[in-house]
Amino acid sequence: MDREIWITGIGMVSSAGVGVAAHLEALKKGDAPQVDNDSFAPYRVHPVVAVPYEQQIPKKADQRQMEAWQKLGVFAAGMALDAAGLKGDAERLGRLEMIVAAGGGERDYAVDGQILTQAPLSEHPAEMLNERLMSDIRPTMFLAQLSNLLAGNISIVHGVTGGSRTFMGEEQAGVDALRIAEARIRAGQADAFLVGGSYNAERPDVLLIYAMADYLWTHEYAPVTEREDRGGGFILGSGSAFLVVEAADVARARGATPLARLDAVASDMPARKPGSVAASLDGMWGRIAADFDPSRGVVFSGATGAVGVTAEEQSVLARRAGDARVHVTGDLFGHLVEPQFPAGVALAAAALSEGLYDDAVVTGVGHRRGEGSARLSRVG
Amino acid sequence: MTSPHRDRAGRPLVAVTGLGIVTSLGEGKEDNWAALTAGQSGVKRLSRFPVAGLKTTIAATVDFIKAEPFCAPALSQEMAMRAGAEAVGQAGIGAPGDFPGPLFIAVPPVEMEWPHRRALAEAGANGEDVTYATLLAGARTGKFRAWYELFLFGTVAENVARCFGTKGSPISLSTACSSGATSIQLGVEAIRRGETQAALCMGTDGSVHPESLIRFSLLSALSTQNDPPEGASKPFSKNRDGFVMGEGAAAVVLEDYDHALARGAKILGFVLGCGEKGDSFHRTRSSPDGAPAIAAIEGAIRDAGLSPDDIDYVNAHGTSTPENDKMEALGLASVLGERMKSVPISSNKSMVGHTLTAAGAVEAVASLMTIATGRIPPTINYNVPDPAIELDVVPNVARDANVRYVLSNSFGFGGQNTCLVFSGEPG
Repeated sequence: MDREIWITGIGMVSSAGVGVAAHLEALKKGDAPQVDNDSFAPYRVHPVVAVPYEQQIPKKADQRQMEAWQKLGVFAAGMALDAAGLKGDAERLGRLEMIVAAGGGERDYAVDGQILTQAPLSEHPAEMLNERLMSDIRPTMFLAQLSNLLAGNISIVHGVTGGSRTFMGEEQAGVDALRIAEARIRAGQADAFLVGGSYNAERPDVLLIYAMADYLWTHEYAPVTEREDRGGGFILGSGSAFLVVEAADVARARGATPLARLDAVASDMPARKPGSVAASLDGMWGRIAADFDPSRGVVFSGATGAVGVTAEEQSVLARRAGDARVHVTGDLFGHLVEPQFPAGVALAAAALSEGLYDDAVVTGVGHRRGEGSARLSRVG
Repeated sequence: MTSPHRDRAGRPLVAVTGLGIVTSLGEGKEDNWAALTAGQSGVKRLSRFPVAGLKTTIAATVDFIKAEPFCAPALSQEMAMRAGAEAVGQAGIGAPGDFPGPLFIAVPPVEMEWPHRRALAEAGANGEDVTYATLLAGARTGKFRAWYELFLFGTVAENVARCFGTKGSPISLSTACSSGATSIQLGVEAIRRGETQAALCMGTDGSVHPESLIRFSLLSALSTQNDPPEGASKPFSKNRDGFVMGEGAAAVVLEDYDHALARGAKILGFVLGCGEKGDSFHRTRSSPDGAPAIAAIEGAIRDAGLSPDDIDYVNAHGTSTPENDKMEALGLASVLGERMKSVPISSNKSMVGHTLTAAGAVEAVASLMTIATGRIPPTINYNVPDPAIELDVVPNVARDANVRYVLSNSFGFGGQNTCLVFSGEPG
């Protein structure tokens, strides 16, 4: 079996707005993205816009059970289901498969701070830790920390109960989520997927991980590809992107309208060394986009701004994409980590559905590991 | 040339050619199988950290592998390496460091732990109360670069992939307590669609630290019957009161049957079917009617091309929580009917605790060894039967039986239900 695959629904939210139309609009305007320079100074983040959560998560009780990264994801997932015409279709949602790319975490910052303040003063710090954690953590906090509880919340709020898998591993989780969904549909192992991810950058604990290795861009905002000579780095962004990906035969039978055709998804993770990212991306381009037509095509790059690998990816695009327009998604909403690649694919699908282009390539370049590419084309 | 072997749905048959396991009972199949069939418990009083003030003071930790200072990703990775080495070694596939297929690995979600937070707070101290700004100041000293790598979600998978030389982008996954089963399911699917002829599927979990224990404790999920520790995990008993956290790892080499035959590999068994169904009822609880679990069980049996009457042993999820065991018994009774009262079912968790992310993989290894040896490991600590659960739980003592088809259940927080069917023969 080798089935045609369509993208039939997109949900997106980030610092650039709510909904894919707002993102395309921002892309056309080309303004500098929203940046919060102060809340976590010297670090910058791209803060998510105000989100009308009640539109997709009507029950306040559900909203209270989630932390921001989960609410963003459940919101975007609901938008994607709406757009695909699947919302409330219990029978189809009961068969819809899900692959979510997720990190996790979320902390009670005040409790952590108090414990760390007390610890050096305590004669028995380990016992003190037990006591404070037993009395101070909200029992439900755990459910905001578990990686697979974004998927769990999507099941609860939207009734998606086919299968549910959560992939972890930063940027590459988003690439592989789409790759596995694509492969399973193509081979006839499944008919339809909800695929995506979500990220809350406005959290000091996630900044902490990247700050330890000096990955965060602390200079005045500059576009992703113009950071190399000052050491490179990324600005994390809050946001989420979800896609409904379906076998064309199944989508057609239910009268769904395609936004774009998903022709191929590739991923790889060769050991990083100078030139490895360029070789990996170039190889993928050869496999899935050798016949890319720059005159009618567009590229959405998932470059992070990390030093070295960003320049390698740009060199491949310079060689392979010709005169095609290249949008670096990080310039629109920053670095969303797990959902960066699904967000790039979402933008490409939206641009194709508007008839702006006929052909699109999306790249993903993990700041530390993993590369990915997707090829999409206009339907009709 | 003979025609390729196919299952009843016309797909490539998925054989198992390598198994590896590490649990609190020891390292390797031999030691684990001896202990599991002798009804030994790996649960003990916690020594890794002080337990003052905790309601639960026991766990089935893996203490014979040192990850000092303790940190979950370090122990999880080391256990995965050892289980993987055993499985790949047994399979004799590829060349050292050159495994001819992808890696699917279930890993616990990583997070920074308290010793690391304390070190960062110290490095960033400015005489004032500690906040995350203090920790960030500590991070900027540049002294903690190695920890960045440690606390990325994708690091364990990449390190394991490099060690075994698996191909392509390794997949780190979490489906909570069904993760280990999901890793096998992903491997089965990849082989069935012809994408690869072999896959290395693993689950690992070495995350017993104060906060992880306290989190489960605050959800009232853990047994508090600490004395004696080895008596705490009592699946299906009337006096069960929660699960016991466990640590461990397991690895399974899956291979297209024809590929395995062609290279003369010893076939250890088959993964005949996988079933999966999401549950939208609640974040931590299962649908009271058991419908999603039933759908997953039915799905696995159907995918295997079997009927419920073919199942002759169930390797239970059997966590020893009041709710899981009741729901699992209900689900099985719905699918297997009256017959379920006499189908042996046992829970490895009575001995190795709940190895969480690894459980589905650990129990896959036990299921395949049950088939291979014709011996069913018992459910220990079964002294007070629950009249609401009419099951033959293979109480306390292992039993010899001819087992052809095993159903292995895995259920998890977040509405995860994954079931697998194993066999000794190809269909």
